[in-house]
Amino acid sequence: MNGMSSTREITFKEAVGEAMAQEMERDSRVFLMGEDLRIFYGGGPLGATPAEKFVKKFGPERVRDTPISEAAFIGAGVGAAVTGMKPVVELMFVDFFGVAMDQIYNQAAKLRYMFGGQSKVPLVIRTTIGAGFSFGAQHSQCLYSIFAHVPGLKIVVPSTPYDAKGLLITAIRGDDPVMFFEHKGLYPMKGPVPENEYDIPFGQAEVKRKGADVTIVATAMMVQKSLNAARQLEAQGIDVEVLDPRTLVPLDRKAILDSVKKTSRLVIVDEDYERCSFAAEVSAIVADEAFDSLDAPIKRVSTPTVPIPFAPILEKAVIPDEQRIIATVKQVVS
Amino acid sequence: MELLSMYRRMFTIRTFECKIRDLFTSGIIVGDLHLSIGQEGVSVGVCFNLRDIDTINTTHRCHGHCIAKGADVKRMMAEFFGKRTGICKGKGGSLHLADLSVGMLGASGIVGGGIPTAVGAALSFKMRKTDQVAVVFFGDGATNQGTFHESVNLAAIWDLPVVFVCENNQYAESTPVSSAMRVKNVADRAIAYGVPGVIVNGMDVLAVYEAVNQAVKRARAGQGPTLLECKTYRYEGHEVGDPWDLYRSKQEVEEWKQKDPIATFGRKLIADKTATRQELDAIEKEVVGLIDAAVEFAKESPSPEIKEALEDVFVTPGY
Repeated sequence: MNGMSSTREITFKEAVGEAMAQEMERDSRVFLMGEDLRIFYGGGPLGATPAEKFVKKFGPERVRDTPISEAAFIGAGVGAAVTGMKPVVELMFVDFFGVAMDQIYNQAAKLRYMFGGQSKVPLVIRTTIGAGFSFGAQHSQCLYSIFAHVPGLKIVVPSTPYDAKGLLITAIRGDDPVMFFEHKGLYPMKGPVPENEYDIPFGQAEVKRKGADVTIVATAMMVQKSLNAARQLEAQGIDVEVLDPRTLVPLDRKAILDSVKKTSRLVIVDEDYERCSFAAEVSAIVADEAFDSLDAPIKRVSTPTVPIPFAPILEKAVIPDEQRIIATVKQVVS
Repeated sequence: MELLSMYRRMFTIRTFECKIRDLFTSGIIVGDLHLSIGQEGVSVGVCFNLRDIDTINTTHRCHGHCIAKGADVKRMMAEFFGKRTGICKGKGGSLHLADLSVGMLGASGIVGGGIPTAVGAALSFKMRKTDQVAVVFFGDGATNQGTFHESVNLAAIWDLPVVFVCENNQYAESTPVSSAMRVKNVADRAIAYGVPGVIVNGMDVLAVYEAVNQAVKRARAGQGPTLLECKTYRYEGHEVGDPWDLYRSKQEVEEWKQKDPIATFGRKLIADKTATRQELDAIEKEVVGLIDAAVEFAKESPSPEIKEALEDVFVTPGY
C-alpha cells in the first residue's frame, strides 16, 4: 500500500461493489449484466452493486438489465469477451447455473483450448452461494466443486472483505473466464479494506491463523466458522492453523502441503456437498503427496450429499458448524 | 469478378468436403464429419456480405462457413489431419474450427450453443460503436433449443447488429422439420420476438446474398436483428457414414440435387455471358489443385508435441 491509501472497515458486499465500481471507472470495456440490476433491490438480489450508484454513474448501457435468460446473457458475455469487452455477468444464485451450464462449461471454458489458443475469454461470472437462510434446496447451494471439476474456469471463493475486493479486481483484469463465488452469509461481514485498488494474485493461499497442531483448509463462510472453532480449541490447548486457498483453480498446493508437513494433521471444512468435492480433491492431493507427514487420517467436514432442507433445524443440521469442526479436530489430535 | 469469386468459393467448399469425405472413408483421417454438400449457396451468399472484421459463429456443420469466411484451406486441411499447422493446432478438429484472423469466431459442437456468443459479439460492437456485424449460422434443429429463443429475444430488445441465419436443410439428424415444430417455417417464429423473419431460397447464392445484404444494412443502421431462413438441403447424411436413406427417399435427394447451387449458378453465369464454360472449368481445375496441395501440406506437416495437450487452457496458466 502506498501512503495515500486509507484503510477502513467496510462490509464484504461493499467491498465487492467497490471493486466493481473502481474497475468500471478504470476500464471502459468493463460492464455489468444480469437480472434486476437497475431497479429491484437496488442492484441485484442482494445489492452488491447499488443501482443508485451504478446506474447513475455508468448508465444503463454498462449496467444492463437482462430478461430471465441465463443461457443467452451468460453466452452473450462469452461473445462480448471474445470480441474485446470485459463483461462481468451476475448469476443471481449459483443454483440457477443449470439453465446456462453449456454456456459456462462448453463455451466460456473451452473456446480457447478448442481453437488452439486463438480466443481469449475475459469473462467474470459473479454468483452467490451458501446456506443459512432457509431458502431451500434451490437457493442455498455452493456448487463450486462442479465448476472446479471442468477444465478452463478459474474458481474464486473469497472469505473476507479484503480478499473479495482484491480477488475481484484480479478476476476482472485477467484474460481468463472466472467464476467468482460470493457467500450470502458473508455479505454483512465487516473488515479492513483499503480504499485504493489492489489485486491479489490467484493461486496464493493465505494462512488466516497460524497454528502448530492441526491444519484446517477451509473456504468462504467455513473460514470464519473454522476461525471461531480455532479460538475455542485454543482454550482447550489445541493450536489450529487455518488456511484459506482463496482460489480453488489455480490451487496453491504448496501452501497446503507445507502446512500439513508442519502440523501432520488435516481437516478440510467445505460447505459444498461432500461427494466428489473440493474437500475430496484436497484430501487426495495430501494423501498423494504428503502421506508420510500425516499422523492421523485426513478428515472432511462437509455438507452431506442431500438437497439442502428448508426447516431451520434440518438446515442447521446439514451445514458444517463450529461444533462439528471442533469435534472433528479433536478426533484427529487425540 | 465478384460473381466468379462466388463460384470459385462455392466450388472450393464442395471440393474440400468431397476430399475430406474420401479421406475419412478410406481411413486416412478420423473424427466425426458433418458435410454441407448442397448448402454452399448459403455459406457463400452470407459471407460475401461480410468483411474480415465482421464475425460469424457456426455449428458442427461448419466447413463451408469457414471457407466462405476466408480461412486458409491448407491450414484447415491440416486441422483435419490433427497437425500442428492446423487452424486450431490440431486441438479442434472438424467440430471446432475457428479462424479469428478472418472473423470466424468458431464452431460449437453443441446444437444452439454458439447462438448466444454471436449475440455477445453484436453487443460488443454496439457498445464500442463500431459498424461491425455478427452473423450466426444454425440449423433448423437448433431453433428448438432454448438458446435460440433466448438469443433472438435478447438481440431484439437491445437492437443488436446480428443476423440469425437458419440453414433449414429439412432434417435435424433424422428428424424432419415438420415433426419438430408446428409452424410451417422457422421464419414464422420471428414474429414472437418482434423482428423480421425472411425466407430465402438457399439453393440460390444470389438470393441469399441479397437477403443478407438487407439484413446487414438493417443491423448497421441500428435497426436490430433479422431472422433469415434459408431453405436448403444436405445431400449427404447428418454425418459421414450414417444411414441417410432410412429417413428420406433417394427420389427426394435427387430432386434437390436438380437445384444444386453450384451447377445452377454456373449455368446462370454462362447464360448471362459473365463467364464461359472454359473459364469455369479453369477455375475448377485450379481449385482441385489447391485442395490437392492442401492435402500434401497436411500430410507433410508435423504432429503436435505431446506437451501441447496441456497447453492453451488459460491465457495465464494455472492448475
